[in-house]
Amino acid sequence: MTINLVMAATVGVLYGTGFTLLLSRSLMRVLIGVVVLGHGTNLLLQLAGGPPGRAPILGAVAPEEFTDALPQALALTAIVITFALTTFLLALGYRSFVLVGHDEVQDDVEDRRISRQKTPSAGLDDGDGDGDGEATP
Amino acid sequence: MLALIAAHLVVAGLLPLVSARSTRAAFGVAAVLPAAALLWALAGAGPALAGGIDETTAWSPALGLELSFRLDALALAMIVLVSGIGAVILAYCIGYFRPAAPEATRSAAWLLAFAGAMLGLVLADDLLTLYVFWEITSIASFLLVGQGGERKEERRAAVQALFVTVFGGLAMLLGFVLLGEAAGTYRISEILADPPRGGAVTAALLLILLGAFTKSAQLPFHPWLPAAMVAPTPVSAYLHAASMVKAGVYLVARLSPAFADLAVWTVPVLVAGVATMLVGGWRALSATDLKRLLAFGTVSQLGFLMVLFGAGGRVAAMAGIAMLLAHGMFKATLFLIVGAVDHATGTRDVRELSGVGRALPGLAVAAALAAASMAGLPPLIGFVGKEAAFEAFLHGSVENWAVAAGLLLGSVLTVAYSARFLWGAFARKPGRDATSAHGLGPALTVPIWLCAVAGPVLGIATPIVDAEASSYAAALPGDPGYHLALWHGFGLPLLFSAVAVAGGLALHAARDRLAPAAGLSPLDAQRAYEKTLSGIARLAVGVTGRLQVGSLPSYLSTIMVMFVLLPGVAAVLAGAWPTSAPLYHDLIQVPLAIVVVISALAVTRTRRRFTAVLLVGVIGYGVGGLFIVDGAPDLALAQFLVETLSLVAFVFVLRRLPPHFTETRPSRRVRVPKAMLGAVAGFAVAVFALVLSAARSEPATTSAELARLTPEAGATNVISAILVDFRALDTVGEIGVLFVAAAGVASLVLATRYDRQRRAVPAEDGEGPPRQEEDVLG
Repeated sequence: MTINLVMAATVGVLYGTGFTLLLSRSLMRVLIGVVVLGHGTNLLLQLAGGPPGRAPILGAVAPEEFTDALPQALALTAIVITFALTTFLLALGYRSFVLVGHDEVQDDVEDRRISRQKTPSAGLDDGDGDGDGEATP
Repeated sequence: MLALIAAHLVVAGLLPLVSARSTRAAFGVAAVLPAAALLWALAGAGPALAGGIDETTAWSPALGLELSFRLDALALAMIVLVSGIGAVILAYCIGYFRPAAPEATRSAAWLLAFAGAMLGLVLADDLLTLYVFWEITSIASFLLVGQGGERKEERRAAVQALFVTVFGGLAMLLGFVLLGEAAGTYRISEILADPPRGGAVTAALLLILLGAFTKSAQLPFHPWLPAAMVAPTPVSAYLHAASMVKAGVYLVARLSPAFADLAVWTVPVLVAGVATMLVGGWRALSATDLKRLLAFGTVSQLGFLMVLFGAGGRVAAMAGIAMLLAHGMFKATLFLIVGAVDHATGTRDVRELSGVGRALPGLAVAAALAAASMAGLPPLIGFVGKEAAFEAFLHGSVENWAVAAGLLLGSVLTVAYSARFLWGAFARKPGRDATSAHGLGPALTVPIWLCAVAGPVLGIATPIVDAEASSYAAALPGDPGYHLALWHGFGLPLLFSAVAVAGGLALHAARDRLAPAAGLSPLDAQRAYEKTLSGIARLAVGVTGRLQVGSLPSYLSTIMVMFVLLPGVAAVLAGAWPTSAPLYHDLIQVPLAIVVVISALAVTRTRRRFTAVLLVGVIGYGVGGLFIVDGAPDLALAQFLVETLSLVAFVFVLRRLPPHFTETRPSRRVRVPKAMLGAVAGFAVAVFALVLSAARSEPATTSAELARLTPEAGATNVISAILVDFRALDTVGEIGVLFVAAAGVASLVLATRYDRQRRAVPAEDGEGPPRQEEDVLG
């Protein structure tokens, strides 16, 4: 019932490519990474059903020769959902490009400011609550 | 009992309605319930001392949670303090607070709610019930100390009291759970009857002691108690002298019969208790604010009580009961007197008060009575307790003698600060004019006298206290013939008492030289508390700054590293490796795989958007081809259609974007680790695919079953039968997802078009669109 080595390697390469693209800063690359990951996942889902067999269509061959139909149905749903996700992300990237002028994933400015901060801005012990979270540069 | 406690809380909730009309009436109403609780408890004293009265209400039987209460000798003693003194103090509030003051409105309700919670705490016979009431008292204390929160010191003191006691409370909860699980029950009476032993119990007891020590202001957690003196005086008298701070002592007293034979219980209690008694007494000698003086005195006496209850001997426990009652009475009296002095003169500073005793002689006599009880003079109840305390430790081992010496020293300090209190509040100081004082009404003086006469009354009525104390101490080892009494004949205890009084008076006589020394303190627990707080805040900033860096790639990297490290390593170590993995199942898989792999690797290298999209298309079609080989034509069909549609969508968008990826090309130092991480994670997935598929031993049975059912669904294709019949609802959901995505896409695209139209019309309003957008929109 084992997946064959060539297919395992293919799935591994697809995932590795997807992960690497996901780590980049261009929104378009991230999007392509998601698509590649989707391909890898759909392939893995289908491969989990077992070794190749005949299409599960009644009448042509005996049911014993069918490939497992259940993973196929799940993979089919996954393909369609991946498509929906892809187009939505594409539109999102496009909108971001229109508004910001580039499609780079920026760091969160507020988080950056906290990480530069060395001391708490408002002391707990004075209970003033007037700390404005201003970091000293 | 549950009804009585609930009545406190319900009336407390309704009390604001009364205080809206008259705060005096509100305090009057509030005083009724504790008085009723005291009468109820005294009426049940007979059976309570004989064995105890139980009451259990099932709350959530399936979870084994119940509200169980038990009235016994120890609970009775605490109720005398909680409800008896509570009623007196609420009556005192009528005269103390200015009518319609906002703090009066607030305090009435919270004091009553606190009285109810405290009643529940001392009656609870279930560890978890006890914990709930314990934390309610902490919250009540926070609100009563903080009041409106207008002043900084109020906020600071309230937060400190809350932090310290709740920190201990949470540790205690952990201890309760450990203890309850070790004993198999959370009923306190059952745990006491059959105490568990073992490593978990040791940890549980230490955690529980942490809770008791923080609540009862033991070293080194004591600074919150003097700080809490910013609260109105009745609040200090009730919560921070008579009742709440005794909760820790109460808990130790409650559990001592079961655990006092364990060193892990007695050693911390004795060490912390004696140290607290000495440090508190010493610090009281330098206090200039009468309330702070009393607060340090309370700290000291709480240490004394800890020692008595934690020692685990019969005589010590009897002394503990006597001192518990005595301390509640005299300390409440003294606080109320400070409140009255403050009321009459407008100050409570030792350095400003002078000659008040002549102006208010009645108050001075009451104060003398209470202070004499505190100092341990006969024939007051304080003397009875102290005699028994010395008796308990004055024989046996070296440790006992050491504790006795500590108690003697503590008693010397107690006498000294008792004298200092009387001197500070009432004496005429040389070179200082008499402080002007107006007379006091009966609303203030009657409650004071009620508490003050309790000292001599209980002293003379020692047999009643003895019956109470004997009932509590019956379970403990020790001389069964000992009884509390005013006179035991000449002996070491009497000598110790005499030495304490003489030494204390001598210390007081030397006050001018002593006070500056007492003010010095090399180890300041308050500073330690502040350092801890700011340390925690700095730690939080440091941890947040390092973990929450705000960069998406680093978050994703963290997730991938964890994925490789945890499930990846587990799969390698514990997974079932395939015995014989074929290279391929079908020869066509090999060229298709090569195409897919080459395209995938090329995608990571390309810098042109369009090339990348085309390569992704190749991957998609290649995967579709693999589906055909696998015997999944439906899947392949869907894949080809989706891939084509995706390509079209991409092309529509790419038309508007620059041909190259705009990101600044990262340096090798960034790129290589990213690629390595991706490769490792991808390898981990491949390993998973092999290991997990090898774990399967039997062929799937679904296919045959589904094939059998497919004709019944009126289909010949098993896949379509699954999608539109067996999992029809899922498919509807999937269509829903497509609709949502389509709506999202449409709104994003239309928003851009709308922007363009709006910009196109008022072009001359001086606020043109940004350059970049102009370029994009063409």
